[in-house]
Amino acid sequence: MRAVSVEEAVAMIPAGASIMVGGFMGVGTPKRLLDEVVRQQKAGLSIISNDAAVPGKGVGRLFDAALVSRLTASHIGLNPKAQQQMLANQIVVDLIPQGTLVERIRAGGCGLGGVLTPTGVGTSVAEGKRQIEVDGTPFLLETALRAQFALVHAFLADYLGNLSYALTARNFNPIMAMAADTVIVTAEHIVPVGVIAPDHVVTPAPLVDYLITNG
Amino acid sequence: MDAQTIIARRVAQELHTGDLVNLGIGIPTLAANYVPPDLKVFFQSENGLIGTGPIPEQGMAHPLLTDAGGRPISALPGASIFDSAMSFGLIRGGHVDVTVLGGLQVDAQGHLANWMIPGKMVPGMGGAMDLVGGAKRVIVAMQHAAKGKSKIVAKCALPLTSTRPVNLVVTEMAVIAFPEGIATLLETAPGVSIGEVLAVTEAELDIPDTVREMKI
Repeated sequence: MRAVSVEEAVAMIPAGASIMVGGFMGVGTPKRLLDEVVRQQKAGLSIISNDAAVPGKGVGRLFDAALVSRLTASHIGLNPKAQQQMLANQIVVDLIPQGTLVERIRAGGCGLGGVLTPTGVGTSVAEGKRQIEVDGTPFLLETALRAQFALVHAFLADYLGNLSYALTARNFNPIMAMAADTVIVTAEHIVPVGVIAPDHVVTPAPLVDYLITNG
Repeated sequence: MDAQTIIARRVAQELHTGDLVNLGIGIPTLAANYVPPDLKVFFQSENGLIGTGPIPEQGMAHPLLTDAGGRPISALPGASIFDSAMSFGLIRGGHVDVTVLGGLQVDAQGHLANWMIPGKMVPGMGGAMDLVGGAKRVIVAMQHAAKGKSKIVAKCALPLTSTRPVNLVVTEMAVIAFPEGIATLLETAPGVSIGEVLAVTEAELDIPDTVREMKI
């Protein structure tokens, strides 16, 4: 793990990059990183995120700035801007059941080719996918998802990069921290090694590439 | 009593001590307000919490503690926190006893459509497909009609949420179940006749010998 400034971290992200962003309706989203992505105008991004949040909040900021070209998410209904951009064909949106989305990301981080899920069998979600029967029950083959970058927000990060999370800000963060080539983390508090007890570490330090230093 | 209150009160009667329950956004969320305090129900919020509590008092909200719609909530003693993979493992894995969702259409076989209107409104399915497929009991809480058109239809015209039929539909006019895939009128709301329900329901309803009045 290397501690870097937010400017330095975002400068590493090329335009058009694929990026997983933690958070759920903006809660647990690495705000400082997204603000900097907007400031540096990284355009044409392929975003993987649970939702599109709302304008002005969380990943919603990226749609305000029209930096997204592709979105993979489970829900965009509370962001009218993302809806408009989708209906105007400015962005391509892949809508995926939330449980399938998180399992595809988990698979990507755990070395699996994908998962078999019953969710979506017989619906429009199944179109173009392989259906596999196991002991008579039909499942969809949902392939693994990975990205070039994961932007993760933790509650505590220690000097080594061990992470713990708080309340409902955990959500997709620890799953995404396993599924990207480069993992960049912001934390509410950076604390000395040992403050997070080994039992309470959710994301082990070797998974973290960059920790954003306090501004 | 307004339509939402009737629905929420009736849905609350379907919850029992020890149940793990997931309430969708909108009318389903209101049902929690009518669960008697001595009933120990575990409410799950799919963004990673079992043990959701009421909206915090003014000035007490925590920015990292919200429901799946991003609104501030509280957590009750005994609450637990987990990531989204576990949250949906609970849902898909059959550990959730009851899910209550809103609906756009439910058809005569109990199929639910609640996640998009093609070309018009495409919010996404969020957790709905996993919930309808995975929960032990699926209850739809919705108004009987929208803009004068029945939401209980012969066949869903909108894309389905799941091929698994729901167990119960609760509206401000009626309670409908689907034994053996047949829409069956179980209850009518106070002051509503069977004839009035049939008049505003597109789907054919089976009328058993006894149709009770909703106790709300």
